[in-house]
Amino acid sequence: MNFVMPEKTPDARVGQIIKLAVMAVGGQGGGVLTAWIESLARAQGYECQATSVAGVAQRTGSTIYYVEMTPASDQMPIFALAPSGGDVDVLIASEMMEVGRAIMRGFVTPDRTVLIGSTHRALAVSEKMTPGDGIADADEVRAAAAIAAQELILADMETLAVGQGSVISASLFGALAGSGALPFERAAFEEAIRAGGKGVDPSLRAFAVGFDAAREGITEAETPLLEPQPTMLGPKVEMDKWQGLLTRVIALPDPVQQMAQAGLTKAVDFQDCAYGGTYLDRLEGVIARDDADHDWLFSTTAAKYIANAMAYDDIIRVADLKTRAPRLARIKDEMGARDANLVELTEFFHPRAEEVASLMPAKMGAKWESNPKRMALLNRLFNKGRRLRTHTLRSFLMLHFLGGLKRYRLRTRRHKVEVAHLERWLADSLKQLERDYFLSVELLKNRRLVKGYSDTHVRGLTKFSTVMNAAALLDGRDDAADWMNRLREAALQDPEGKALDGAIETVRSFV
Amino acid sequence: MAERSFKAEVKHLRKGDGDVFTGEGILALTKALLENGVGYVGGYQGAPISHLMDVLADAEELMDELGVRFTANASEAAAAAMLAASVHYPIRGAVTFKGPVGVNVASDALANLCSSGVNGGALIIVGEDYGEGSSIMQERSHGFAMKSQFWMLDPRPNLPSITKAVKDGFELSEASNTPVMLMVRIRSCHVTGSFATKDNVPPPLTVKEAIAKPQSDFKRVVLPPWSYIHEQDKIAKRWPAAEKFIMEKGLNEVFGPDKAKLGIVVQGGMYNGLIRSLQRLGLADVFGHTEVPIYCLNVTYPLVSDEFHAFCAGKEHVLVVEEGQPEHIEQHLASFLYRGGKTLKLYGKDVLPMAGEYTGQVMLDGVTAFLRQAAPDILMGQVRAPNQEQPAILDLSKTVPIRPPGFCTGCPERPIFAGMKLVEQELGKSQITADIGCHLFGSLPPFEMGGATMGYGLGPAANAAFDGGGERRAISILGDGGFWHNGLTSSIGNMVFNKSDNVAIIVDNYYSAATGGQEILSSRANNNTKMTQNPIGAALKGVGVEWVRQIDHTYDVAKVRDTLKEALTTDFKGPKVIVASSECMLNKQRREKPIRNKAIKDGRRVDVPRFGVDSDVCTGDHACIRLSGCPSLSLKRLDDPLRDDPIAHIDQTCVGCGNCGEVADAAVLCPSFYRADVVHNPSGFERLRAGARDKVITWLQRRRDAKRLRLEGSPT
Repeated sequence: MNFVMPEKTPDARVGQIIKLAVMAVGGQGGGVLTAWIESLARAQGYECQATSVAGVAQRTGSTIYYVEMTPASDQMPIFALAPSGGDVDVLIASEMMEVGRAIMRGFVTPDRTVLIGSTHRALAVSEKMTPGDGIADADEVRAAAAIAAQELILADMETLAVGQGSVISASLFGALAGSGALPFERAAFEEAIRAGGKGVDPSLRAFAVGFDAAREGITEAETPLLEPQPTMLGPKVEMDKWQGLLTRVIALPDPVQQMAQAGLTKAVDFQDCAYGGTYLDRLEGVIARDDADHDWLFSTTAAKYIANAMAYDDIIRVADLKTRAPRLARIKDEMGARDANLVELTEFFHPRAEEVASLMPAKMGAKWESNPKRMALLNRLFNKGRRLRTHTLRSFLMLHFLGGLKRYRLRTRRHKVEVAHLERWLADSLKQLERDYFLSVELLKNRRLVKGYSDTHVRGLTKFSTVMNAAALLDGRDDAADWMNRLREAALQDPEGKALDGAIETVRSFV
Repeated sequence: MAERSFKAEVKHLRKGDGDVFTGEGILALTKALLENGVGYVGGYQGAPISHLMDVLADAEELMDELGVRFTANASEAAAAAMLAASVHYPIRGAVTFKGPVGVNVASDALANLCSSGVNGGALIIVGEDYGEGSSIMQERSHGFAMKSQFWMLDPRPNLPSITKAVKDGFELSEASNTPVMLMVRIRSCHVTGSFATKDNVPPPLTVKEAIAKPQSDFKRVVLPPWSYIHEQDKIAKRWPAAEKFIMEKGLNEVFGPDKAKLGIVVQGGMYNGLIRSLQRLGLADVFGHTEVPIYCLNVTYPLVSDEFHAFCAGKEHVLVVEEGQPEHIEQHLASFLYRGGKTLKLYGKDVLPMAGEYTGQVMLDGVTAFLRQAAPDILMGQVRAPNQEQPAILDLSKTVPIRPPGFCTGCPERPIFAGMKLVEQELGKSQITADIGCHLFGSLPPFEMGGATMGYGLGPAANAAFDGGGERRAISILGDGGFWHNGLTSSIGNMVFNKSDNVAIIVDNYYSAATGGQEILSSRANNNTKMTQNPIGAALKGVGVEWVRQIDHTYDVAKVRDTLKEALTTDFKGPKVIVASSECMLNKQRREKPIRNKAIKDGRRVDVPRFGVDSDVCTGDHACIRLSGCPSLSLKRLDDPLRDDPIAHIDQTCVGCGNCGEVADAAVLCPSFYRADVVHNPSGFERLRAGARDKVITWLQRRRDAKRLRLEGSPT
């Protein structure tokens, strides 16, 4: 018997079920948002079911909440307990990479999904811990979202909510209302917040900004390619010198000027105009070897890294930065302190013998550094954590005094070491400029590896030399610049330099 | 006080005949226990049933009124053992814990309980931690039912079904003298919905009344020859009684048309997922009216042969939807068919995957694959031959980072692992075993401390092979929860008795924190019904640990580092135990924040600390993050063309725990960090002093600025 059953079409009422998933980071209040949505749906005569996963995911991990709703009737509908790929009507993601995760899991599809996402980032540990820049590319997620979603609402819901003294769940709830994805009036949403009874007023304010963000969109402030340079202020004598330096910058090739001015500002801010002059001397020396063939790439790169090398992080610089006038105002602002509050500051210093010796006059410092007994003595005297309460006069005066040692700085051991290091690096980078322009640019960029303080600084220097020395291995190869870039990227991947060692091994294998 | 308070919800537990309860599955389960005359309840917390323990604890007053005894058992084994009260006395008892790990721990007591058999209904509510969101190894509890012969309920995941299962479970238990396990999956525990309530029923016989008339019967003791008799009894009497009850009361359900060539057998818990697949295939309507017959196993053990054969009558194809492995149910049903000489085709793990959660897509694919073979004509054309190309969505798998759970902002365990990391940098890598609890996150980046976890309270026990000593001492970690659960004997006692020369670190955060902040023996809070404030150090001394170091402020990273270093290098032979104590920040904040806000409102002096980073001083090497991983310590990019790498940044969620400053100091990192204490309602003297300081400081700054160039505005 060949009985053929008629072809099936899904029950139209199944299509009426609204399926809504919330993807959040544990601790973000996804539960509150879900409870509001539920209470809203039930108050509006809908049958509604929500589920969530508690457990350890709530400890800062990715977590998911799921809601289904449909108009109530005399029978109970059967709801699913978890979202299915390709079957989600509204996806709310409370962080940019969670937007990405939702797309990856197939919960956002062009035929049906309204995607409401917050563009702010809560960085995952893996993004934060690399010594270089490990931050994931939000633009890729944005591009994927534009393809995957039927309707896309993206805004920094976190900042919107915090600006109203509330949390992201409220602004997302507002955006949900504004999206029109649920068949309920705005007032019904607001009633759900009131019924919840906790932090009602701030929640309603954040709800309102979220609502507007969904309705009108957020005109994201266009970030200019380069920030306008901060202006220098000071006594006339110094300002005249500064103007003189700026005139020298304007005389540089066009493409170099902007970076050169930034570098100059840094050098002058670090020391004084004379030091700025030295910076320009060095830069001009480089420019003399470069030409417009490569759009002055080498010189622009040098403008950046010479400035960084010259503004090294010594105690004098740190002390100066920590005692400047605008700092306290900035901290007060960041901490949300009002006029009625006092703000007390504690700084964490841990000087070691190395730092003390580096502050000595160059010859004396070199002598002490080479004598383990004297270094041990310095360690006994100085090596311990010092908490400086810089709102008190004692500590402030100490740092203020240290920060004022600029004139003496150029005679210190540290300065001598830094200058020697800088000159060697610059010479090494210039060595093959005529033969392999791009390798030379890469060598300049290796300066990026020198950063941090104490042990981290030493490790950075070690990696720097390893990578610089690899130039000898690569010299003469067509892909030398490419490999140099790869070596540097490898050095930035982990603190111990495991990836770098591996990359060097690879290089050795083919040379 | 647990992490989540159910005080507000508990009033719903007083609802009676004619009322409707709306809320979470966990709360509904509690209500059902009270409606069914339960006499005593207990359990041990753990996702997904932690909240059930919290609800019970918060409902203690109501239970007192009803004469119901609540015990927060020391472990799952203790909880299961408590059901011994139902062996002799006709009292209904219920305990709850997570599965399968809790069932593993409880299995000794469960096996004995099953052998003895029960007189009063004994219900074990197991939250099966399987699939997405689970924090444990992926196994099933089902096998325990098979080996010990207790019955397993797996109700459909809606509140009426779950609450009915409580009633059915007690009755089934009493009808067959066998304990019953009521299994609820992660999402069922937290599913919301409504059910019609009934009046609460006080237990006909309370434990207080029972103890006044003690009973015993040596025939129920697990000793030969009665243990042999128990085994025979299970098969000859209890099993048939259970089958009879299941059939007579219709515990399993059949949906859909009587006559069809095909059918689907499904675990009750998977019913909604199956229906959703059928809905998507056009084979079920929104209310679950299905065109494919479904045999829904609300009882997944024992399986009732007659019922199954009746369902199969006239069918040629039957699919078994059974999540997890091995496929106990499918094998069992296959043997029914074979023994019955049936030739119908059985599907299961051939069209559905053997391992892993049956998510919506997996279920849809599996059911579709079944129908393609069993009845291709009933599939929609679109499914049979899809012709619509899905648009290509960019592959984000290389972009989106994984986000495993980690320590919360301000967690007191972070500095312990930072200290350990510093010791590792100094002395080299050690053999480390971890335990169950939040501290297990220390085995993940950035710390990567600990290579194995063998179970709750078993951290030090897992290092026993190395107890004989060697070049370098092994380190093991144990939480306070694990310590009291099992660790005191299995781990610490083990070390002492075997003269271990190794080091154990006990992470004492005042709670069973990972499970939701329940109180334990060494909790510091006063609890009216529980005895707290029993120091771990005293227990250690009691079992013979001589080398004990107590750290009362784990944020002192240098102290943690030095203490651990001492433990690893001391000449002392024998177990060395460090107790590192500081309160779980999640619980501390919840406790202190309202008090603090009120104090500020009332005009009292309050000092609120928070950390910050001077962005000009930070060089963007991220060394601090590699010793922290704190959610509030993140990165930001500067609009500075001279900078390549993002720099450290602390956001407003910082609770000022102190770890950043301590680490910067102990690890000699950098001077970028500062702590800002915002003083609310400072005293008049403080104000005066601050004003005077301000004047001097401003004068100094102006004097210097008058002589040099400076940048306008604040440094970034």
